[in-house]
Amino acid sequence: MVFSKPLKTSTVEDRAMNEPATPQSDRYRAGVMKYAQMGYWEPDYEPIDTDVIALFRITPQEGVDPIEAAAAVAGESSTATWTVVWTDRLTACERYRAKAYRVDPVPGAIGEYFAYIAYDLDLFEGGSIANLTASIIGNVFGFKPLKALRLEDMRIPIAYVKTFDGPPTGIVVERERLDKFGRPLLGATVKPKLGLSGKNYGRVVYEALLGGLDFTKDDENINSQPFMHWRERFLYCMEAVNRAQAATGEMKGHYLNVTAATMEDMYERAEFARELGSCIVMIDLVIGYTAIQSMSKWARRNDMILHLHRAGHSTYTRQKTHGVSFRVISKWMRLAGVDHIHAGTVVGKLEGDPNSVQGFYNVLRETRNEVDLSRGIFFEQDWAGLNKVMPVASGGIHAGQMHQLLHYLGEDVVLQFGGGTIGHPMGIAAGATANRVALEAMVLARNEGCDIWNEGPDILKNAARSCKPLEAALATWGDVTFDYTSTDTLDFVPTATAS
Amino acid sequence: MRVTQGTFSFLPDLTREQIGKQVQYCLQQGWAVSIEYTDDPHPRNVYWEMFGQPMFDIQDPEGVMMEVDSALQTFPHHYIKVNAFDAAIGWETVRLSFIVNRPANEPGFRLNRSETKGRQIRYTTQAYAADQPVGERYQARD
Amino acid sequence: MDSAADSSGQEPGTLDLDALYQASNIDDALATLDRELVGLAPVKNRVKEIAALLLVEKLRNQVGLQASPPSLHMSFTGNPGTGKTTVALRMADILKKLGYVRKGHLVACTRDDLVGEFIGHTAPKTREMIKKAMGGVLFVDEAYFLHRPENERDYGREAIEILLQAMEDHRDDFVVILAGYEKEMTQFFGANPGMASRVAHHIDFPDYNDEELLQIADRMLAAMQYRLSEEARGVLRDYIALRRGQANFSNARSIRNALDRARLRQAKRLFDQRERQLTPEALATIEAADLAASRVFSKPVDPRT
Repeated sequence: MVFSKPLKTSTVEDRAMNEPATPQSDRYRAGVMKYAQMGYWEPDYEPIDTDVIALFRITPQEGVDPIEAAAAVAGESSTATWTVVWTDRLTACERYRAKAYRVDPVPGAIGEYFAYIAYDLDLFEGGSIANLTASIIGNVFGFKPLKALRLEDMRIPIAYVKTFDGPPTGIVVERERLDKFGRPLLGATVKPKLGLSGKNYGRVVYEALLGGLDFTKDDENINSQPFMHWRERFLYCMEAVNRAQAATGEMKGHYLNVTAATMEDMYERAEFARELGSCIVMIDLVIGYTAIQSMSKWARRNDMILHLHRAGHSTYTRQKTHGVSFRVISKWMRLAGVDHIHAGTVVGKLEGDPNSVQGFYNVLRETRNEVDLSRGIFFEQDWAGLNKVMPVASGGIHAGQMHQLLHYLGEDVVLQFGGGTIGHPMGIAAGATANRVALEAMVLARNEGCDIWNEGPDILKNAARSCKPLEAALATWGDVTFDYTSTDTLDFVPTATAS
Repeated sequence: MRVTQGTFSFLPDLTREQIGKQVQYCLQQGWAVSIEYTDDPHPRNVYWEMFGQPMFDIQDPEGVMMEVDSALQTFPHHYIKVNAFDAAIGWETVRLSFIVNRPANEPGFRLNRSETKGRQIRYTTQAYAADQPVGERYQARD
Repeated sequence: MDSAADSSGQEPGTLDLDALYQASNIDDALATLDRELVGLAPVKNRVKEIAALLLVEKLRNQVGLQASPPSLHMSFTGNPGTGKTTVALRMADILKKLGYVRKGHLVACTRDDLVGEFIGHTAPKTREMIKKAMGGVLFVDEAYFLHRPENERDYGREAIEILLQAMEDHRDDFVVILAGYEKEMTQFFGANPGMASRVAHHIDFPDYNDEELLQIADRMLAAMQYRLSEEARGVLRDYIALRRGQANFSNARSIRNALDRARLRQAKRLFDQRERQLTPEALATIEAADLAASRVFSKPVDPRT
């Protein structure tokens, strides 16, 4: 990894030169001082292997110096406050101060800057996402001198990665448990989202699994409502899962959503799922980082695959200028320890620029990420042997897009066709069969060396000849795509390198 | 019924040529191909019998196909699958696994239910074929 | 590469052998053979003949003149150290470039790789070698050792049977080259007509003459960054003439061994005089004494040769 001096942009550099760091004797005199003078801007600092590094996209208010803004972010996310305090001198404060060491203008965006900030390892509690996030994003996002602030990427040092357990199951073990290799897994969310009673809900699960899907799924807000109590759902779903397993000879599963109001309720629901013999449970992102880590520990103790729905994330991940990038969320979730996470489809109904989405998938699936600005990966990241997370692609996808999905997303992914299964004109089981046949035919062709990007539609048509359900699916949805301009695209200059 | 284990079970049974192409793909990836067979198709039956050792250092699919042919000849009434193993860091597992032979008649599974407390049911999946002893489970249809 | 015959110069109904030759890129393999091996003119000619035959067969096949696919299995006879394995490698490359084998790699084996020591041991061993050779060439050195009729508990027979069967069932998938001394190979084929009938091409590898061996020695030394002094050169010439007549002469291999021993003696000589100043030249030069000390100069001539 190379951390060099910032790019030569005169305005940014000149201003920094005019206001050097303050000597010790003056530093702690009472009063207000610029952050850059308090020691939060250190252009000569070389981050060490144990530093946590955060990359922020800052949009300072008019008239606010970008270096000062970066220093302020560094300060407010570590030890500073708006005025000098003498009690600083009771600490080894040089160590605890975060250091902004590099500020670059964002290519093609006026008034936005990438700020690199390094944090000492001792600022953080080991194995705690709650602490990591409270530290980095807990204080600084409402800061007035900034118009907008986004946490773009983080480098977690291997020393810190090692304090987390990571995903309890991981891609490799999940496949071995299901005995399913060499192709994406198939799932579907039960539709309609709300309103079905337990028995009818189980019928949808049975039909979909019987027809050929590997998994079915509770939606994120299916918890325990007047129209269906959670125990009813669990009982009927497990009946459906076992029936389908016996009818097909394959392992099947349904993600039972154990999200609830309190941890006690969540444990109760998860225990019941385990008692009923489910191989997988599901939680929503909104339960919070602490709850997620607790459930991860539980899953590990109980041989359960843990699926995470990223409910609510796009309130803060979608806008380029403000919030937290989903790639950072992915990193946190891999550390916290989930086995599945929704990460984007590219071609479906939800936000997802192809390169950013591939970046998220790489963060989740690689044993080690290399710098790849074209996919939004700003740092090398060693995952210290933490299991790999299976990304889930869900939202408005259908069998007719199988070649695009396989091309963009690869084979270690769960493809979820909710509407694309349940809305099939010949019924749910037929919908499932159509998806499964389309998928297997595409994988077969890809392995044989076919150019699936261009020949995909022909491969599907060919497969449809011996599969009526697929024929009907292509006829119904063949031309449906969701072509909107992505809001969260990547900003980088293709010829420049990380240094 | 048709047991749909393995990567390509929903497609029509693969021809020798198609199997060869999948094997070629596996060799290109540097994976070691192995062959297994069983007459107990229960989904939790992880340890099928090994038909020979995993084949390392094979350059051409025909080398593997020799063994596939031999397996098909030796166990025509068993389930036979071809696996490809990846020994690379971060994987060290099977990357592809598909069935290349199945018995002519697949009776399927019985779902045993035993009611326990409350409304709970304990489920067991049982293969009809496994009612017979090993070796007598699947016969050719005359 | 020169462009192949342009279509405008080609009369309709005629065939362009040169285009096929250029497209196959085997001139590269043949050129490498010329470069790599000293002498061996008859061998190189045979290889070119076989390559030409295979090329023409390909063209004939294209126009439907082929009755049955050509037999490709070969036998290489000659003393050890005459380049048989090297030529086999080149041949595998040529076969690949002409499309007769898919991968063109070489798997070299001897009896020990093919034959087991107890019942049931042989078949898997032979099959293992054949599997590895699929798509390429199986080179069986000293093939006649497979056949030991005097020992009734010998499993070589089984290996030969399996090999024959594979050559039959997988004629498009791999090629076998059997190699060894000429006399023993002739005996082997006599006792195994099945094998003899399948081998279509024989190449005999004559011993290198003295001049060729000297050239080989020069190349070996150059590669190791040594050179011979003028006097040493003369001694080596004498050495070669003598050694040839002694037991177990292995051509290039014998030269290699001789040079290795000479290097050892040179090192010892320099070490014994280590208090003297050395030049880099001294380190790189083999002197006459380093060669003259060889026992070859005192051993009697083998009456058999």
